[in-house]
Amino acid sequence: MSGSDVRALVMPKWGLTMTQGVVVKWLVDEGADVEQGAELLDVETEKILSAVESPANGVLRRRVAAEGSTFPVGGLLGVIADADVADEAIDRFAATFEAEFTPETEAVAGEGPSPQQVDVNGHSLRYLKMGEGGEPAVLVHGFGGDLNNWLFNHEALSAERAVCALDLPGHGESSKNVGDGTVASLAQVVAGFMDAQGLPPAHLVGHSLGGAIAAELAATAPDRVRSLSLIASIGLGREFRPGFLDGFATARRRRQIKPVLEALFADPALVTRRLVNEVLQYKRLDGVEEALTAIARDLVADGQQTVSIRERLATYPGRVLVIWGGSDQIVPASHAAGLPDGMHVEVIDAVGHMPMMEASARVNQVLAAQFEGRLTA
Amino acid sequence: MARTLTILQAINEALDQEMARDSSVIVMGEDVVGGSGAEGEMDAWGGPLGVTKGLYGKYGDRMLDTPITESAFIGAAVGAAASGLRPVAELMFSDFVGVCFDQIYNQAAKFRYMFGGRAETPVVVRTMYGAGLRAAAQHSQSPYSIFTHVPGLKCVMPVTPYDAKGLLIQAIRDNDPVIFFEHKGLYETEGEVPEQSYSIPFGEANVVREGNDVSIISLGLMVHRSLEAAETLAGEGIQCEVVDLRTTSPLDEDTVLESAENTGRVVVVDEAPPRCSIATDISALIAQHAFDALEAPISLVTAPHTPVPFAGVLEDQYMPDAARIATAVRSVAGYA
Repeated sequence: MSGSDVRALVMPKWGLTMTQGVVVKWLVDEGADVEQGAELLDVETEKILSAVESPANGVLRRRVAAEGSTFPVGGLLGVIADADVADEAIDRFAATFEAEFTPETEAVAGEGPSPQQVDVNGHSLRYLKMGEGGEPAVLVHGFGGDLNNWLFNHEALSAERAVCALDLPGHGESSKNVGDGTVASLAQVVAGFMDAQGLPPAHLVGHSLGGAIAAELAATAPDRVRSLSLIASIGLGREFRPGFLDGFATARRRRQIKPVLEALFADPALVTRRLVNEVLQYKRLDGVEEALTAIARDLVADGQQTVSIRERLATYPGRVLVIWGGSDQIVPASHAAGLPDGMHVEVIDAVGHMPMMEASARVNQVLAAQFEGRLTA
Repeated sequence: MARTLTILQAINEALDQEMARDSSVIVMGEDVVGGSGAEGEMDAWGGPLGVTKGLYGKYGDRMLDTPITESAFIGAAVGAAASGLRPVAELMFSDFVGVCFDQIYNQAAKFRYMFGGRAETPVVVRTMYGAGLRAAAQHSQSPYSIFTHVPGLKCVMPVTPYDAKGLLIQAIRDNDPVIFFEHKGLYETEGEVPEQSYSIPFGEANVVREGNDVSIISLGLMVHRSLEAAETLAGEGIQCEVVDLRTTSPLDEDTVLESAENTGRVVVVDEAPPRCSIATDISALIAQHAFDALEAPISLVTAPHTPVPFAGVLEDQYMPDAARIATAVRSVAGYA
């Protein structure tokens, strides 16, 4: 941050329906040095509790938002600047920002991009496209997830390009028939989705099961994959949290699903009652348990992963990025070791199996660098 | 995709989707079709409030209009269930159960146990309950505790459209007799409902508002009034946790006790009179298993032990409202 820069810390927009958030707690004191990506305060929305990260390096000069108060998306929460910027300049900045700020109304909020359905190989898939042009990116969620897993990433990644996130068959609001449920057949569905969208070669980002699907597609159709980013991917080692897939697939009640979901995060407090309810609402839909059970059958046997993508990666000539949470309890971060030369590996401390949610700012930075070819091995 | 539906529409959609999925599902009751033999809409009224409207055109003779004899058609539904169908019988007002109680209480509830587990009775009795509609003492009661008392019956009372659809689908798929209570004052309540079929397991209470100061344990229409009270109380700095029981049999004892242990202060809200009621049952449960956590006596907000009055001014006094609930919560919160 250069000497005279003053930056606004604003209420982020997490997901399409978010119009406001409640400031739960400040995590740093006024006057503290902060780095870009550092967690500054906790904000709770209708859906989720998460931390707002610093947009820049500098000093947190003002905490504008009082704890317990509600702010619209884009509203001023604080001011970040270097220590040598005069207090008057900070006050002037805050006053000007407040004077010029108009919160988006609910009507406007509803006019943004909204999820669509498309038929692919006999599946009705829900997807959400944000951004336009550039080299597109496709986000593929993991087992039991959906396109909302990219809540903290989708908009940020779409600044320079079109970014599509889809619900895999059996997931979210896609149809629940998964065919044989294998990684290869799911990769065919993703390829079919890219065809239906008329996408040129795209940057593929896959989380967990989605990582193996993306790697499969990269290996079988390398000319369609501009780069490959694997987040806490399966297929790179043998260990897998015992009972996780069955526990998730068969749980019907809050008491059953809560411990399963808590294992996904380094911080179990992220598993709010609302998150549990949303997962249960999905799990209760007809056909979901059968779909998940069919997919799980192909992934793990006798407590060990049966899918391996190491050989698949060796045949893919493009750029590969591997991201892991250092405290992943589902698939250990040690699986990021021993990868072929030329791959960029990013292990993020104190983060679990959902780094794109728990360390979204860092993940967004690394993914943007990967898309632009700025990462080195 | 989820859309906004009323509880009435959600119940209709649950019946429609289950009848489409499973040809053994039938619907029977007074005027569920229309039954007069008249032309057009007059012959497809769909029950007194139109809950089953539109189903006759799709499912024809699987929609059975019955004579006004609950003893006969509830008995027929129980027998049909025991011999392979999945009937959904509409007992228009739950107050009318007196004439068909043997069929429910001493037949349907007992078959599984009397026949060594070899007979199942997958019957659903949909029935209206509750006061507030100036319908007098014989059409306004909340007799769910009478059914909850009977082993072998399952008792369900949804309070949102999402729950109404998911709980009714579960009721139809369940292999035991289920009494499905619909509050007259909730049919027009709106909420988000997925288009797809889904089922909500019984015995899973819903914490509809989280809070650490006082637990309000509630059911049926009273859940909405409890939420209204909780909103007022939040402005006074009292954070209430509101638990919707959803089903009274099976009862989710764990969620009730967990909430009571969390707050140590409990108000139970029930529209029914207080003797041998859900309110006293919940109160006993907490006193028995969470006594050490209690910081104050358990407070019950219920109707008085009288029939539901016909005079409007008295009926309004009879039903617990948000103000009475808030008063009880304040008293429990301030107990030292």
